[in-house]
Amino acid sequence: MPEALRFARSGTGAVGVAVLVFVLLVALFGPFVAPHSPARPIGIPYEGPSAEALLGTDFLGRDVLSRVLWGGRSVIALAGLSVLLAYAGGLAVGLAAGYSRGLLDPILMRSADVLLSLPALLFLLVLVTGLGSSRTVLVVGVALIQMPLVARIIRSATQTQSVRGFVEAAAARGERTSAILGRELLPNIVPTIAADVGLRLTYAIILVASVNFLGLGLQPPDADWGLMVSENRSGLNLNPLAVLAPVTMIALLTIAVNMVGDAVARQQGVSAIEVGART
Amino acid sequence: MQGAALAMTTSVAVAAAPHRTSFARLALRRILGGLLTLLVVSALVFVGTELLPGDAASAVLGRTAQPEQLAEMRELMGLDRPAVERYFDWLGSVLVGDLGNSAAGYAAGAEEAIWDDIRSPLWNTVILAAIVVALMIPLSLLLGVVAATGVGRLRDHAISLGSLAVVSLPEFIIGSLLIVVFFSWLDMLPPVSLVPPGTSPLERPEILVLPTLTLLGATLAGSTRMVRAGMLESLRSDYVQMARLNGLPERMVVLRYGLRNALAPAVQVFAQNIQYLIGGIIVVEYLFNYPGIGKELVDAVAIRDVRAVQSIAIVIAAVYIAVNIVADLVVVALVPRLRSGRA
Repeated sequence: MPEALRFARSGTGAVGVAVLVFVLLVALFGPFVAPHSPARPIGIPYEGPSAEALLGTDFLGRDVLSRVLWGGRSVIALAGLSVLLAYAGGLAVGLAAGYSRGLLDPILMRSADVLLSLPALLFLLVLVTGLGSSRTVLVVGVALIQMPLVARIIRSATQTQSVRGFVEAAAARGERTSAILGRELLPNIVPTIAADVGLRLTYAIILVASVNFLGLGLQPPDADWGLMVSENRSGLNLNPLAVLAPVTMIALLTIAVNMVGDAVARQQGVSAIEVGART
Repeated sequence: MQGAALAMTTSVAVAAAPHRTSFARLALRRILGGLLTLLVVSALVFVGTELLPGDAASAVLGRTAQPEQLAEMRELMGLDRPAVERYFDWLGSVLVGDLGNSAAGYAAGAEEAIWDDIRSPLWNTVILAAIVVALMIPLSLLLGVVAATGVGRLRDHAISLGSLAVVSLPEFIIGSLLIVVFFSWLDMLPPVSLVPPGTSPLERPEILVLPTLTLLGATLAGSTRMVRAGMLESLRSDYVQMARLNGLPERMVVLRYGLRNALAPAVQVFAQNIQYLIGGIIVVEYLFNYPGIGKELVDAVAIRDVRAVQSIAIVIAAVYIAVNIVADLVVVALVPRLRSGRA
């Protein structure tokens, strides 16, 4: 087994990978095997399971199974994109702050503190009030929430590495700062990033799904797991599967991502879970 | 040994007097810092909610509004003045406890003070949060200690694996699962937590059970993991070894030596969890239709009631920052050596 995949050998790692692969397959290929359209009613609202609709129908009489098969792409794509964006920004800020010996460091870190002094969900709701609900607002908002956290971690890793011999040697050779950051520092903070990324993804998925659940993210008639939970709440005693199915998918997704992240972190020797999934 | 211990006590006694003043100074500094942060946050909230040119007046009147009507409504709501002026005006009135009038009120044709709208929701939220915190702290201490003292045994694995799973679940997932179990299957508890106006949620405690359980699930997992980690570290330390070698009963070693030294990091985790609770409560109140400040906020965002969002946001942010400061000060009070540095 390649070195990078060794984390899957631990118990939680293996289970996490298996569940994650299942959820990703459902989200990716689900729309191709969905028996019905996710948008058109096929029966009366909140029908129980039948041969026609294996998981019953939702509040508008649409096929729950088909909507579950369609509804994973949005949350996974939006959360993934926002984490990528958070790392792009957080890496730049963290490297600059960690390597700087001047005023840049305190200025960047104080700005990060300010962003962190608002509860994450409140920050998102403020943005939605100002800009309306859209995919862009969700991605940028969640990225902005995570960026200061990423920047802090990258900064402290950079500070640790920047006093080491090979970095000082590069500086003494007169190499450009961008070359030092990119060639000497970046490869050495990859383990820190690997240990952190699972946590960031879990958190991004939680936030995206929660905002969709509140009805302030994706809008009907989009098929989305978070939105489905909210839409079908009123029919719990008629067809609980309309809520249980999307709930199960989101639960499997977040638990699997967290388990894989935990296993990777432990393999890197960094205890990333220490603060829980919600730092 | 004896001499060293004596020397330590005297040095602590000598240092105690200047420490007290430095604690007061530290507290003052942290409170001033918190107020400064709140000021910056208020600007952030103001700018964030007003990023779009389309304003609250058009939200109130809808798309069919005539330009004259819009102008009139803007004047009534004070929207015709420059943004900077409105910001300082808002800030000034927030400082004296006047949160302004809601757009929803203007839409209904009256000037409705936001403070009157949110007073009783705020109280409902405080009740729910207080119950959760009162249960979370002792429970996470208990579970953390039980897991840490049984390291590697079944009870530790069960608690650790359970908390790893629950820690990654969004609140609305935990809450929905609880509703399915306790309402759909067992038919024991109500799926919604409505509180008729003018009554207190405490009059019907059964409506508080599921929201409390949901928030406990969301926060307990994380804090239990941290208490366990802190306990493990302190159980491995020299003074615990020493206490054991001196033949103290294990129960006393765990509680008096182990737990006591794991408390300071735990306080920070509790603070994080209380802060986290503030976000979680928004989702849980919406899920259970519980009339608290979080539901009020979501409703205000849904109808783009800018003024109400700004005011509720600043109230929530203030609580958030205050929890942080209080936790820092409690930690410093517990661990005196932190007072010297810029903790």
